[in-house]
Amino acid sequence: MKKPISALKRFLEEGSEPLDIEMQSELDYTPAPEEARRGENHPTEEPGHIKNRRTANVLYTVSSVVLCALMIFILVYNVSGLPSFGGADTLIDSEVGRFYIENGLEDTGATNIITPIILSYRGFDTLGESHVLFIALCSVMLLLRFAPQDASSALRAYAIEEDEPQDDDILKGFGHVLLPLVFVFGLYIIFNGNLSPGGGFSGGAVLGAGFIMYLVIYGHDAAYKFFNYKTMKLVSMTALVSYSLFKGYHFITGYNGWESVFSNGTVGTIFSGGMLLYLNVFVGAVVSVTMYTLFVLFRRGDF
Amino acid sequence: MEKVNALLLIFIIVCAVSVSLTKNLLSALIIFMSQSLAMSVVWILLRAPDLGITEAAVGAGVTSLLMFAALKKLHQVRSASNEKTDKRA
Repeated sequence: MKKPISALKRFLEEGSEPLDIEMQSELDYTPAPEEARRGENHPTEEPGHIKNRRTANVLYTVSSVVLCALMIFILVYNVSGLPSFGGADTLIDSEVGRFYIENGLEDTGATNIITPIILSYRGFDTLGESHVLFIALCSVMLLLRFAPQDASSALRAYAIEEDEPQDDDILKGFGHVLLPLVFVFGLYIIFNGNLSPGGGFSGGAVLGAGFIMYLVIYGHDAAYKFFNYKTMKLVSMTALVSYSLFKGYHFITGYNGWESVFSNGTVGTIFSGGMLLYLNVFVGAVVSVTMYTLFVLFRRGDF
Repeated sequence: MEKVNALLLIFIIVCAVSVSLTKNLLSALIIFMSQSLAMSVVWILLRAPDLGITEAAVGAGVTSLLMFAALKKLHQVRSASNEKTDKRA
């Protein structure tokens, strides 16, 4: 949708311009200063060139509209072939989905079936995703971090923007009310990942947004006290390594059919679902730390 | 519920088109945020609350914040002090 409209707009705005110049120069031999400059730049410009450019414009517009319409048609055609939403026969030819629904609760002891799919059945994928997030953070640090590890106060003072609100009463009033709610909600999503909708990634994102809010309201110096480069390194490294260790233990015991230390527990309590709770906590830690660090790096290049 | 769903979907399409047509980057970003917010409600109506929470936190929250920070670095957001100096000049 994006291309044809902007191209059409540009064509409507600019497409008629060469024609005007042509007509004007035929009628009137004292061109405006802007046109005179153009004439100096292209002294040998002839109507033939203008005609070519116009036909190219029309061709470009038509072909982009046709291509976009074709793309939309293909996508809509494919979507119309999907099974209907919530229909009774939706799962008939989906063996994997049916397996999860029938055996998920028995296998993992988690009432929210999404979390064991993400962290247990497809745990290897989530391990890779956490590392992808970490690698993205590393590359952002390589690109945007301008200060060495021991950021001196002079450098940090240089980076602070002058026009940012400092000690703003309205912001602080909102922060006093909203921040505890945001943090509690994020922790709730993480810890209840095996019982109710949510889990490590969404809870971590909420927590990270809360950290960002804290930084914006109370300023860099307040945030630096509890969150600096060392904290980031410690938290994300510990979480990633422990996730890998827990997952490796899970794979080894599962493959050999050994009894795991993490039992399924009573279904419906927080400490049910085996190691899902711990995995959720690790993923949440990585995600929240990454979100906060990305924002800080974007904002001023260091903690 | 069907009507609410249809309204939200129309709103999302209008937002997606107007983001690409808006010249001002700041307004485009705010339209993008509202599109994400409507999308999160649509996820919840489609009975995918997991995705709804994630979309609201990441799509409407953190992504837009990162883009705001980037716009600020590019000096595309006109701040109060800048306006004052403009008026003086």
